[in-house]
Amino acid sequence: MSSALVVVGYALRESLRRRVFLVVLVLTAGFLGLYWLGAREAFDDTSGFATGVENVVDTRAFTGATIFGMAMFATLFLGIVLVIFLTLSVVRGDAERGLLQPLVVRPLGRSTLLLARWGGATAVSSLYVLVVYFAALLITKSAGDWTPDHVVGPALALTGGVAAVAALSLLGSVYLSTTANGIAIFMLFGAGLTAGLLGSIGNALENDTLEDVAAVASWALPFEALYQAGLHALISETTGLTGVILQLGPFGVANGASNAIVPWTLVYVGLVLGAAVWAFGRRDL
Amino acid sequence: MPEALSASALVKRYGAALALDGVDLSVAPGELVGLLGPNGAGKSTLTKIACGLVRPTSGTAHVCGAPAGSAAARRALGYLAELFRFPDWCSADEVLALHQRLAGSDGGEAERAELLSLVGLAHAREVRVAAMSKGMQQRLGIAQALVGDPRLVLLDEPTSALDPVGRRTVRDLLESLRARGVGVLLNSHLLSEVELVCDRVAIIDHGSVVAAGRPSELARPRGVEVETAAGKRVFAEAGRDDAPRIVSELVAAGEPVYGVRVLTSTLEDVYLEAVGE
Repeated sequence: MSSALVVVGYALRESLRRRVFLVVLVLTAGFLGLYWLGAREAFDDTSGFATGVENVVDTRAFTGATIFGMAMFATLFLGIVLVIFLTLSVVRGDAERGLLQPLVVRPLGRSTLLLARWGGATAVSSLYVLVVYFAALLITKSAGDWTPDHVVGPALALTGGVAAVAALSLLGSVYLSTTANGIAIFMLFGAGLTAGLLGSIGNALENDTLEDVAAVASWALPFEALYQAGLHALISETTGLTGVILQLGPFGVANGASNAIVPWTLVYVGLVLGAAVWAFGRRDL
Repeated sequence: MPEALSASALVKRYGAALALDGVDLSVAPGELVGLLGPNGAGKSTLTKIACGLVRPTSGTAHVCGAPAGSAAARRALGYLAELFRFPDWCSADEVLALHQRLAGSDGGEAERAELLSLVGLAHAREVRVAAMSKGMQQRLGIAQALVGDPRLVLLDEPTSALDPVGRRTVRDLLESLRARGVGVLLNSHLLSEVELVCDRVAIIDHGSVVAAGRPSELARPRGVEVETAAGKRVFAEAGRDDAPRIVSELVAAGEPVYGVRVLTSTLEDVYLEAVGE
């Protein structure tokens, strides 16, 4: 355990010294500033739209859920970018640069090294996602006095998505060089999002094929299912025309995820990490 | 006391390529063994198997009695890779502190200061790796390999980037390790250095040990060289015992003798012969 903490501390110090956190902090402040401006303007403008349909559409819920859904996507994207860059070169990339060998010959063991790198990257990226999520939530509340139907669930769904991508990135790092792994994981992330979008379209059109594609993708890439579940939880108790419109919107989801998605994500992360540890253990350096 | 390193019938294949073909090698505590061979002969593979970076296809390797690659074996060894790099954002002191924590060493600041002093980097404690020359990084790599007082030290080309002063420092260091009972496997292309410091030498070619022994045992007589008024003459078939007779015969024949030297092959000669050059 102490060796694992040494590795986690080493990874965190590296990120601090390389100014990763500083860059992330500055860019996140920029994002949140823009989000505050956008939220304020959106709530101001849509309050005018509501004049004739006030009893039919809850414009505050409509605006809040739409822009906060967008913030959730941005939060997940930023968290995924962070976790991929923290993990994409852990094995093969570091071995090719000669950084890994002096560490691996120490008594800590390969599995401890790998799991510690996953734990460190997941912890940092999850904390980051939570901070950005709740900052966006506060901004939305202050700009339009709107809060989602569920607050904690969507936040935890985002952290689960980050943990799953971190595991995939570590597994990829055993086999792929740094650049190839980065490209592969970003493409997987994009594929998952596309599948989720197809599922939403399929649901609106009642197209079974598209819904099946989305269902398979959600099990194969559970970060997408978690994101969809988080989006759904934002408006799961919003009813009437407002609810229907939100479900059809760009950040709307008609159905929540299966109850099995959380335990499946835990199993999935365990399986992917197990595969990474097994592959790393057999890899000649 | 078990051997610091013992390798038996080690075979390593990388796909179709045979890197090691049944290598036997041992390093006793306090013994300095030089590993020689051309590029691609299998030296680095052997070293990596010993420290658990590479898994053998067959055969066994033990470090201080523990299977190579096990936690117990890794606790007993220090390793300097041929191609290594330390995080460029770390200072020399931070690199050693990291390895102390990973090796479970409780030597603290005193150990770090001693190691930096041993490799001639006492002045560079706070210097970041990014600001170090290649030679300084190699010295730091040697210091890192000695963290935690290992019983076996595996050094893969430790002097390749060092100037003559640095090489002398490493030679002195190796001799102090021998005096402390540490076994050392030195993988090097610098034959003269190996000849100077190593107790035994193993020459590997195409994955097999083609010659092994003490440098003096490997050396072969190459004749007697006599300097006379006519110049230097070599009696190629003669040995040390023939030298007095040759001198007396030349003197008797009226040739003044100014010098006599018994010739033996150098390690370089032995090496070139062993690898078929």
